[in-house]
Amino acid sequence: MKKAGIVMVLGSLLLLGLFKFPLWNIMLGAPQYPEPLGMNIYIQGIKGVSEFDLQNIDGLNHYIGMKTIPKPEDMWEFAVFPKVIIGMVVLGVAIGLLGFFEKISYKYFLGWFVLMSVLGILGMYDFNNWLISYGSDLDPHAIIKVTNPDGSPMTYKPPLFGHQKLLNFDVTSLPHIGGYLMFVGMSLTLVAFWLGRRFSLKKHGRVIS
Amino acid sequence: MKNFFKLSIGLFFTAVAFTSCNDQKSNKSNGALSSSNAEKVYIAPGEHDSHYAFLSGGYSGNLTVYGLPSGRMFKEIPVFSQFPTNGYGYSEETKPMLETSYGFVPWDDSHHPDISQTNGKLDGRWIFINGNNTPRIARISLTTFETEEIIEVPNSAGNHSSSFITENTEYVVAGTRFSVPVPQRDMSIKDYKGNFKGALTFISVDPEHGHMDIKFQVLMPGFNYDLSHPGRGKSHGWFFFTTYNTEEANSLLEVNASQNDKDFIAAINWKKIEEYVNNGGGTMMPAKYAHNLHSDVTHTATSTMKNEVRVVNPSEVPGAVFLLPTPKSPHGCDVDPTGEYIVGNGKLSANLTVHSFTKMIDAIENKKFDGDAYGIPILKFEDVLAGSVEQPGLGPLHTEFDGKGNAYTTFFISSEVVKWKLGTWEVIDRKPTYYSVGHLAIPGGNSREPFGKYMFAMNKITKDRYLPTGPEMEHSAQLYDISGDKMELIYDFPTHGEPHYAAAIPAEIIKDQSQKIFKLAENEHPRKTLSDAEGKVVRDGNNVHIYMTMIRSHFSPDNIEGVKVGDKVFFHITNLEQDFDVPHGFAMIGANNAELLIMPGQTRTLTWEAKQVGVWPFYCTDFCSALHQEMQGYIRVSPADSDIELSWSLGE
Repeated sequence: MKKAGIVMVLGSLLLLGLFKFPLWNIMLGAPQYPEPLGMNIYIQGIKGVSEFDLQNIDGLNHYIGMKTIPKPEDMWEFAVFPKVIIGMVVLGVAIGLLGFFEKISYKYFLGWFVLMSVLGILGMYDFNNWLISYGSDLDPHAIIKVTNPDGSPMTYKPPLFGHQKLLNFDVTSLPHIGGYLMFVGMSLTLVAFWLGRRFSLKKHGRVIS
Repeated sequence: MKNFFKLSIGLFFTAVAFTSCNDQKSNKSNGALSSSNAEKVYIAPGEHDSHYAFLSGGYSGNLTVYGLPSGRMFKEIPVFSQFPTNGYGYSEETKPMLETSYGFVPWDDSHHPDISQTNGKLDGRWIFINGNNTPRIARISLTTFETEEIIEVPNSAGNHSSSFITENTEYVVAGTRFSVPVPQRDMSIKDYKGNFKGALTFISVDPEHGHMDIKFQVLMPGFNYDLSHPGRGKSHGWFFFTTYNTEEANSLLEVNASQNDKDFIAAINWKKIEEYVNNGGGTMMPAKYAHNLHSDVTHTATSTMKNEVRVVNPSEVPGAVFLLPTPKSPHGCDVDPTGEYIVGNGKLSANLTVHSFTKMIDAIENKKFDGDAYGIPILKFEDVLAGSVEQPGLGPLHTEFDGKGNAYTTFFISSEVVKWKLGTWEVIDRKPTYYSVGHLAIPGGNSREPFGKYMFAMNKITKDRYLPTGPEMEHSAQLYDISGDKMELIYDFPTHGEPHYAAAIPAEIIKDQSQKIFKLAENEHPRKTLSDAEGKVVRDGNNVHIYMTMIRSHFSPDNIEGVKVGDKVFFHITNLEQDFDVPHGFAMIGANNAELLIMPGQTRTLTWEAKQVGVWPFYCTDFCSALHQEMQGYIRVSPADSDIELSWSLGE
């Protein structure tokens, strides 16, 4: 159970990577942008990959009437997400330590994972909602209005995951280092659960025999 | 009818003659050899050249940037000439760059670019070039690829033995081709001999910013100082100048300056003179010369008139200046990568003379002098001669080195480049040039470490090399692969203006430092405008200052009223873009100057005089975006006595 506790603590701590590294990344390449523009999505806000990328993305987006990329103060998420992550780290470390000293059951590890997964899915859902609104809530006086073949106005929602062609831009959206660290961390908590379970089964077995 | 028939036959034969001639030519160039040469110079679309080449523009006054081996021109950098293409020398910010003691001089004749060095190796920070006609030296940044500084050279005329730099860029050196009265005065031209002086100017270069300042001028006898090069390695601390007209003729020089069997290479121990000057030596002499400096922060140039210069007579510093006899009006003065050999390309001599630095020092130490000229010791020709290349060609002009012990000399009259070996003086190879080559260049050729892969020859005569374009044609250049024993002509490309010398450098030394934008946050132009909302129009008497912004795809403000006939309108325009390769242009109808090309983050000012009542448009000249054609505006000009107040707007 000691090993399981350590892995649980480590797994939770990996979430702290989100404060240093981007959770997600969206790159926009086009014929005129052989070096693509890009935005890194952190839990505290959105930053350009290069110094002036956000300004240049906004500059281009004004033609199709998209809103400017939100500043941290424009979205409640950027205030709440860091708190949620800190909360989950504290909780995970506490559970891990208690597990280490065998004060609580390994099942709490799975509980943490499930809670984190629910929060993560909610976060992704929220993020996707923002992408939809960002890509489709267009200025009616936009300079360029493009319609789909069926006559409906074209929207410019970047993909949540993977690649999509938006007019002249190739948009690629993938997790970034912070996101990967979070996934690894969450996987580690599952490993902790499995280690804890194995330890518990063995211990139990020994008691029985 | 009969005549017509004859004429037809005549034309027919002429046509046949030309056709067969063409056939012969194309047969010659269709071999397997030329197809492998094609591969050597082919740069696939989207790929980059391996070298930058900076060719002087000669009478264009500018500097052009090429790629090697493709021979593609990337940019023309305005230096000494007004450049309506981007407004250089027309905008209020850049006009001071062309100020001189003669007033505003909008043109020059640029000759010899040289790239800055550290420890004798190209460091790719700056490139210097001389203005020959109204003596000036310019420094061009190799991060912005723009002219940052120009300093005028007083007491000089025909600034030709310039602008070569010492191996740590301590000095950029400028020598006068024409000797003149120093100081200038009203005197009979016939009294030239013994009275005119030749000023050799040592301009210090600030190691951090590159700022230039004249440290001292050596006032030499009234010869013509034709070309020069620095010592390097063992000869670092010396500078060598070829001279002609040691006869000191003042008329019909083609005859009268070609009489002496030997002229001189002047060897200057600049370290010794520097020490003398640092200890207070030399004389401050009144002299007016302009020093012009452009800032990337204020985006503005300033011109300062200097009033004195330090001069040194060779006699004041014994042991600092010597004359090396060199046959027949030598032109190029070239020092090999080790610093041992000094090549004097005697342009009227059958042989090529090479002096030895070691032997020169030995001769000086043992005082083996052969008289003096105006008190300057003349060394004995035999005592300093390292060797000579016998009968290599006709009319030697310039020599470059490949760093593998070989030298390459151009021959103007026999129109060829000859490769020969240092030390043995044997001719290894010769290849024709098309036609009458002047300078040649090897990347790093004027340094301790040349990059001996390519050599290109810059020719003075083009004739039939390209499709004809009337009496005036661009000059031709030929590129040779010099990686093997024999030189191989692999490409032929036209150049712009009249390139004299060129400096080339491997691309990887400088390409990553090339700047993409100017940061708006660092713009300290006194009349900058940092957002659309800050745009405004201010009247100051008859001067109207328009503070304007430009960003894809509008100007702000773009409707301006209240300007009156007789007003002088200053458009102070800031490009708000912070994206690579998004300049905007600005053109105003009837402007008596030029357009502006304004780089992202930069502020520039164009002056326009309101002469006629009406509503006058302006527009962006650089196709910036899908809505470039919409990037325009109007100025209303009312009668001089109208009482319409100034107003401005955007999108109302």
